[in-house]
Amino acid sequence: MSTQIPKQTEESTETESEAAEPASKGEERRAEKRRRAAERREQRQEEEAEKAAADESTVELKVFRYDPQVEGKQEPRFDTFHVPFTKGMTVLDALMYARDTYDSSLTFRHSCRQAVCGSDAMFVNGGQKLACKTQISEMEEPVRVEPLPHAEVTKDLVVDMEHFYDQMEAVEPYFQTNEFPDGELEEQRQDRENREKIKMSTRCIWCGACMSSCNIAAGDNEYLGPAAINKAYRFAMDEREGEEIKQKRLEIIEQEHGVWRCQTQFSCTEVCPKDIPLTEHIQELKREAVKNNLKFW
Amino acid sequence: MHEHDVVVVGAGGAGLRAAIAAQEAGADVAMVSKLHPVRSHTGAAEGGINAALRDADSWQDHAYDTMKGSDYLGDAPAVEALCQESPEEVIRLEHWGMPFSREDDGRVSQRPFGGLSFPRTTYAGAETGHQMLHTMYEQVVKRGITVYDEWHVMDLAVTDEDDPAERTCHGVVAYDIQSGEVSGFRAENGVILATGGMGQVFDHTTNAVANTGDGVAMAYRAGVPMEDMEFIQFHPTTLPSTGVLISEGVRGEGGILYNEDGERFMFEHGYANNDGELASRDVVSRAELTEVNEGRGIEDEYVHLDMRHLGEERILDRLENILHLAEDFEGADGLTEPMPVKPGQHYAMGGIETNEHGETAIDGLYAAGECACASVHGANRLGGNALPELIVFGKRAGRHAAGEEMGEAEIETGRSGDWQPADYEFGVEVGEAGGSGPAAADGGAVATDAESVVGAAVDRAQERVEELLSRDGRNHAEIRSKVQETMTANVNVFREEGRLEETLADLREAREAYKDVAVSDPSRTFNTDLIHTIETRNILDIAEALTMGALAREEFRGAHWRKEHQERKDEDWLKHTLISWNDGEPELWYKPVVLEGENKTYEPKSRSY
Repeated sequence: MSTQIPKQTEESTETESEAAEPASKGEERRAEKRRRAAERREQRQEEEAEKAAADESTVELKVFRYDPQVEGKQEPRFDTFHVPFTKGMTVLDALMYARDTYDSSLTFRHSCRQAVCGSDAMFVNGGQKLACKTQISEMEEPVRVEPLPHAEVTKDLVVDMEHFYDQMEAVEPYFQTNEFPDGELEEQRQDRENREKIKMSTRCIWCGACMSSCNIAAGDNEYLGPAAINKAYRFAMDEREGEEIKQKRLEIIEQEHGVWRCQTQFSCTEVCPKDIPLTEHIQELKREAVKNNLKFW
Repeated sequence: MHEHDVVVVGAGGAGLRAAIAAQEAGADVAMVSKLHPVRSHTGAAEGGINAALRDADSWQDHAYDTMKGSDYLGDAPAVEALCQESPEEVIRLEHWGMPFSREDDGRVSQRPFGGLSFPRTTYAGAETGHQMLHTMYEQVVKRGITVYDEWHVMDLAVTDEDDPAERTCHGVVAYDIQSGEVSGFRAENGVILATGGMGQVFDHTTNAVANTGDGVAMAYRAGVPMEDMEFIQFHPTTLPSTGVLISEGVRGEGGILYNEDGERFMFEHGYANNDGELASRDVVSRAELTEVNEGRGIEDEYVHLDMRHLGEERILDRLENILHLAEDFEGADGLTEPMPVKPGQHYAMGGIETNEHGETAIDGLYAAGECACASVHGANRLGGNALPELIVFGKRAGRHAAGEEMGEAEIETGRSGDWQPADYEFGVEVGEAGGSGPAAADGGAVATDAESVVGAAVDRAQERVEELLSRDGRNHAEIRSKVQETMTANVNVFREEGRLEETLADLREAREAYKDVAVSDPSRTFNTDLIHTIETRNILDIAEALTMGALAREEFRGAHWRKEHQERKDEDWLKHTLISWNDGEPELWYKPVVLEGENKTYEPKSRSY
């Protein structure tokens, strides 16, 4: 199985059984309810599966399931859902249908449904994709849906994003400059070419697909990763910041776990749902860094 | 219990700006949001930010356009604050590095938008909201403001005096989605609600799945009235299959609408002889649906938006994002074919009643952004006026909550001024469906000090969670989709009395069904079943108030069209609709609109484009 199973599975089981000892009435009720819910769910899934298997216009999904707290889900498994196909259906639509119709405990992040909130990056048929902009009709069946690889799984398709956020925030990801125009209502000037230069880099939606696809990031937990380096690029190339700030930015990305780790495998560029040329940006920063170092020799 | 000076609920445009402002004013600020800030729906805004930046333009013209666009239901002090302060706020965003589109001379670009007398919509391609959201989150990171992300705020901690005007908000209670822990957040100075839209009340909407109107419903149950809820903007250009938004920028740049017969109907059928496609959004939405209803729609459902004549270069420069959206979500190539579009729920003009400082009728409770109603947009919002609202009123609420002196507000809240009770009998029972349901201020233990008020709110929320997790019952999803269906069928662009009443009855049934709701996922880890179940309660409260307001308002104003009442009735209806929860028995009342601005009074004129 390509998905990393979190190591904490065993620990969580322990805490669960510990907590269960001084069983209160509420706990008992919940345990009983859990059993009943599981039974009902199984029954419903079987019925639905039979019904759906007889119907050709359905899509078969195999979805990764894991919950550190729930009996029967502590060992990761795949559940099969048959979802009626409708024209234009995305992987996200299918997951929502499965959740709202068959199993309300099926868990995944999603919000905007239009590829801008970056919540629903997943591993679909072996590739990092945004579920909301992946057409079911373009996927081979059964469609296998897993959480992003190389991240801790929180539950089902939800992964822990903290490490990704930490890396994003490690590059001083905010605009800095030493000079502003005099007038209070006066903007800084920026020519069209420079705006165009940074445009693609500003499209990042923090979905984490690139980081998940990167072999280097998988092996070096401290590697800034493609998204954070792209964020640094966005500012380093923005002429409004000025030369002095640019020096500082290049120092940040030149650190031990910075741009020089990248081995230009292009996996990040391939999976980016916003088509950001991540590898090119990393390469360009390498060149800038070299130029900059030569200047000080 | 967490303690901060100011607690901001929601981390989209208004929340981020409020947090920055409060922190700059010296407060210790925490943001609590059910999403990580960059996931907020501000990021989906496309078109731009209206600001009178240029010498040939003026804030007075912007205010005039906005009052006219609001169909004279905007309150002048709020509208003027928006238009006066938007320019400095836009420049501030530029100084924070926001990558605006640029002119040849390096200054920020502006383009024409519907209902504007000057091209003052400042933009960053067709992804202005995304750039604005990320730019402000960068400032929050820079300032080290505490963010509790993926914490769902369940309720407000408000005292329980009989008269809502005497109540005080001391904080919020939130559920940590990651761990399942329920915690109190004590706010020494104030709570700012910035929870955004409520589009999930409808089933064809440009709004995110997370836009369930949580803040509006929470404030309502705590005693703050909802204002002008019947005014819903249906955006004229959304993709038919998903509701994904196609920016007004397309028409601003010269895009044209055609019906099935290839007629440019905005002109050829006389809907807007001067402004055509760039008439106000309500006008264009009604025109499109009229075309469809009269048999001139394509596939009986939609019309065409054509931008091919703009040329590839201009489209790529200014509207590139639109090409991706049309391709990914409708399979249409905007460079070689017209795009199918139809009206979809887009924006709530109404919301939590506030004054121009963002204060509500409850002490210590503020609201800003789409969840609030100051009112800047009145009966219809102009395109490009939502983003400036976020930054102007986010900033104002943040400063006020942090204790900055801002002078006396002109707009009155609660029943403090000249208000009148409504004289309308709803055929159906409304309000709490007995038994279930959390209510922030519905009696219970008398808590006086702030700590105990928050503590009591935590206990109630904890109990609610345990109840939902432990009992058997029905799943919320079916109830939610029934609400969405009836709202979309009957409380849409065209509204008639009988069908509004039908919806009120449907909502009654949904409220009854919700009494038996339960969560089948027993997990404490990332239990989205639980979160969605709690949200559905908020959707119910909002849908009901919205429909009540729509039934009682027997006139046609802005986005609110009534079959039986085909004209604007200024003599009777130059007033805001307010609905108070009244501890479970909703009460409808009205207060006059404020048309007196700083130096002039905005006299209602007929609204033609």
